[in-house]
Amino acid sequence: MSHVESPIRQKWVTNTDTYTKVTEDICRPIEAKPNLAWLAATAFSALVLAFGAAMVGWTIWEGIGTWGLNKTVGWAFDITNFVFWVGIGHAGTLISAVLLLFRQPWRNSINRASEAMTIFAVVCAGMFPIIHMGRPWLGLWFLPFPNTRGSLWVNFNSPLLWDVFAISTYFSVSAAFWFLGMVPDFATIRDRLKMKGRNIASWIYGLIAFGWNGSARAWSRYEIISLILAGLCTPLVLSVHTIVSMDFATSVIPGWHTTIFPPYFVAGAIFSGFGMVQTLMIVTRKVYRIEDYITLDHMESIAKIVTATGSIVGLAYMTEFFIAWYSASLWERYIFANRMFGPFGWSYWIMFSCNVICPQLFWFRKIRRNMVATFIISIFVNIGMWFERFVIIITSLHRDFLPSSWTSYIPTFVEIGILIGSFGLFFTLFFLFAKYLPVVNMFEVKTLVRHPQQPEHLKESAEEPVIAS
Amino acid sequence: MKKTFLLGKFWNPDDVMTALGKLRDQGVQAYDVYSPFPIHNIEPLLDIKRTRLSVACFIYGCIGALTGFTLMSLLYGAVWPMNIGGKPAIPVPSFAPVTFEMTILFAAHGVIITFFIVQQYFPGKKAELMDIRQTDDVFVIAIDQDRISGVDQTQSISNVFTANGAFEVTEKTFE
Repeated sequence: MSHVESPIRQKWVTNTDTYTKVTEDICRPIEAKPNLAWLAATAFSALVLAFGAAMVGWTIWEGIGTWGLNKTVGWAFDITNFVFWVGIGHAGTLISAVLLLFRQPWRNSINRASEAMTIFAVVCAGMFPIIHMGRPWLGLWFLPFPNTRGSLWVNFNSPLLWDVFAISTYFSVSAAFWFLGMVPDFATIRDRLKMKGRNIASWIYGLIAFGWNGSARAWSRYEIISLILAGLCTPLVLSVHTIVSMDFATSVIPGWHTTIFPPYFVAGAIFSGFGMVQTLMIVTRKVYRIEDYITLDHMESIAKIVTATGSIVGLAYMTEFFIAWYSASLWERYIFANRMFGPFGWSYWIMFSCNVICPQLFWFRKIRRNMVATFIISIFVNIGMWFERFVIIITSLHRDFLPSSWTSYIPTFVEIGILIGSFGLFFTLFFLFAKYLPVVNMFEVKTLVRHPQQPEHLKESAEEPVIAS
Repeated sequence: MKKTFLLGKFWNPDDVMTALGKLRDQGVQAYDVYSPFPIHNIEPLLDIKRTRLSVACFIYGCIGALTGFTLMSLLYGAVWPMNIGGKPAIPVPSFAPVTFEMTILFAAHGVIITFFIVQQYFPGKKAELMDIRQTDDVFVIAIDQDRISGVDQTQSISNVFTANGAFEVTEKTFE
């Protein structure tokens, strides 16, 4: 493949005509001293994280009684947050794996950061099943290991156990894929720091660069296993949210017991994840001045995916309602009427307007290319998708089969604190990533530089080339 | 072991491809090419065979699937059989998700670990660099000095390098 392309083709990297400029631009934040804004932002999110950790500590010390759960609503904020965070993670894998298989070059500059987002989101998600047990030190019982409890094995028929396998596989495979993608970039940073005489920092990056030297043999194998991993991650990401949806769909609770859940959850997950990608990318490209790599065209492509998946989600909402009515099941019909017009109707309408109506604004090119508008819409998408899980879980539970046990649910500040804390965890990890690791995949972006020019420092040095005598 | 390489350094991947093709016409086989990013279709010019990592990956996946399914079947079928409403002791459909996840888990980690092993890359390995900038913006064609017959051939290879846009032709020895 030639590295010179017709000028009328779409340019995914602008104002860049040397490969070294890519390295320089992406390495700048890593080489620079941490600035005040970064320190302040990281300190603030660490503070929020500490608050969340205190709330988690209180939950574990005092027990699940500190939450607003009751006999009817036995599952609320924790599972909402869990599904929300797992969903956020899905966009990263979609960008890094599915778009790689589809040969979409625009993924090259956003895949690193969105995969980081995936991993941090799954870390946040993984926290909730553990703390919601109340006795997290027994979390080991999730795993099938020979034990002294009368050979008590885990229930392999339960979607909750499938979740254990799905989430842990998803986390470890995504993390490995992410790390593998960074190895060549670590080597770049290692050599760059070496040239600048920063030997200790160079040694640290060298440790994790695994001795990468960019040999053609290595690249050849590397490209193949990237494709293999993309091929493995694609069904994996679909399976993860399918299994998450089965936590609900395999039950007999009206409002949960629907066959549409797996595709609906997967579409919703990608939708919410892309919403978060928009939020993060708009800030990252501005703060790091990498608008040449994450261009308005990238943001437009993301917006289009948000509209597409948002419309799928909207269709799923309406299909659910139609089927609830069409099933002629009294309970189904009631629960869906209650979902819209019952005591939690407000949350339904927040969900519907944020997820279905809001992203339709992206039909307008002006809005797609306006970063302020996009940022606001992306925040609404995040809010809407959190409420989607809240709606599904709470409205289906709070009025159960026995009217005498109907009740309401109000979260306590401990639960809200844990939710806020999980955002603290997410952003702390993301800020650390943005400072110490390359936020854009340098080697993949270099393949998108068209019409490369000979840089000044690589002009012929000697008149007579030095040759062996 | 002491090894010396004749290096042609380029700033443009397209020049590397042209130079490699010219060298092949002269019957010179390059030792390796070092580049900051993968150069597509370079494999035939360097006689790199398609890696068998995909076969390895398939085998790991099979091992993962077998492990998952066998584990569950043994536990539910032999170690602690349960009769739940007369349903089979080994319910194959509900074993599908865990079997699938184990397949992916083994295949993905297996192939990554195998890649690092065959490549002999490990944490903290000292990289053997032909040029410190080869991970940034320099493309290097390395030719094993032992396979060059004499000064004349060295000269002709250097000429190919410079004629095709090399900004530097040099030598490097590894102890």
